[in-house]
Amino acid sequence: MTKATSKSPWIVHFNCNSCNGCDIEFLACLTPVYDVERLGVVHVGNPKHADILVVTGSVNHRNRRVLKNVYEQMPSPKVVVAMGICPATGGIFADCYNVIGGVGKVIPVDVYVPGCPPKPEAMIDGIIEAVGILEKKRCNTETVRPELPVKIVKPAPAPASAPASGASEKAVAN
Amino acid sequence: MNLTEFFRSVWNNPTILTILALLFAPVFGCVLMSLDRKITARMQGRMGPPWLQPFYDLCKLFGKQPLALHRPQIMYAVLHLVFMMLVVVLLVQGQDLLMVLFVQAFSVICLVLGGMSVRSPYSWIGSQRKILQMLAYEPVLVLLILAVNLRDSSFLASKVMENPQPLLFSMPLLFLAFLCVVAIEFQKSPFDVATSHHAHQEIVKGITLEFSGPFLGIIEIAHCYEMAIFFGLMMAFWHTSLLAGFLLAFCSFLFLLILDNAFSRLTSYWMLRYMWTVPLTLALANLIWLWR
Repeated sequence: MTKATSKSPWIVHFNCNSCNGCDIEFLACLTPVYDVERLGVVHVGNPKHADILVVTGSVNHRNRRVLKNVYEQMPSPKVVVAMGICPATGGIFADCYNVIGGVGKVIPVDVYVPGCPPKPEAMIDGIIEAVGILEKKRCNTETVRPELPVKIVKPAPAPASAPASGASEKAVAN
Repeated sequence: MNLTEFFRSVWNNPTILTILALLFAPVFGCVLMSLDRKITARMQGRMGPPWLQPFYDLCKLFGKQPLALHRPQIMYAVLHLVFMMLVVVLLVQGQDLLMVLFVQAFSVICLVLGGMSVRSPYSWIGSQRKILQMLAYEPVLVLLILAVNLRDSSFLASKVMENPQPLLFSMPLLFLAFLCVVAIEFQKSPFDVATSHHAHQEIVKGITLEFSGPFLGIIEIAHCYEMAIFFGLMMAFWHTSLLAGFLLAFCSFLFLLILDNAFSRLTSYWMLRYMWTVPLTLALANLIWLWR
């Protein structure tokens, strides 16, 4: 059963406000060049059938609830992969007023695949890593994973000539 | 020598044969699915999944957390499987073909009820399309059974097997019409409107949308039975020789795979219009030919 779990990871892909770069690269993994189906990966559109949730894009206050809903609809064992730098930290959108800054603040993330966008090879590596965690979750041998070892991206310092930097204070407060 | 006698005794014992058929039909269905995925991948220039992929998928589904919206949903999934198994039993025992037709229809209706019992709009769309599919193929199946009755003057499946001449010679047009029905049952393009084998994004898997984990597994097993049944029915068109029947069914299966890859999915109303014109006309023409 555990072997079967690791051999047939079905993936649901959720776009949280992404610029579509990661989405297109992720879909490229299905093409003949990379062909993730040889690993048993099926790209389902339905969280109720899926084992792995792939999230792209920086999460915002609007789609936070939707993301949580999608996550809760998946039957366990389930694994979350944050694909790209945006779902890890917020990426270049980190200082936007609406961006929460990472999927990890909404649902527990198991694998981070950084990059803007990550290469398809890195994505497949991430999926394989996720499959390993899925297997461990199935056997209840999963160890607690450390928090994201990446610092939240802070906005660049304001130019010297600019007036009081209200935007940067706001981002720090976040 | 002993082995031959053993096989003969098994072949002539309907109870053992039924149990064997019930055991091996889903395995055979899985093999067909695996072939389907592999050949489709090769046609698209991909490697494709491992040969045992459908078995892995099924095992995995039964290892998932059982999540259901309400109890009747589980019951409908189980009934879908049970009636599909009943079809296998009826066919192996050589029972009434009309009975087979209606039990199979009942099995599909159970799935539709399961899809309709939840409040998801995509599940409803899938269920409605499934009903349209049934509307599209049932007349052809009824005409096929009528034609069998005209030829052998019996509705019994066992009587068909006793006729020394293959069915294909007396009903070639009906076989073509039946191929369209098989394409619908195998969820192949251009007819895969309710739920599709390969397009997992099409109305979010349609009718099976709200089934998850083991309950989806039950529906998958029922689908394996369904594939085995319709493969067996295709073989029955050349029942005099097992090899010829298998070749006929296998070639038809390959043809359906090519069709699946060559065509895009069309609308359910197109399917209804098509099924009620071309295959139905073919079936009627064949029926006139058989009329005495």
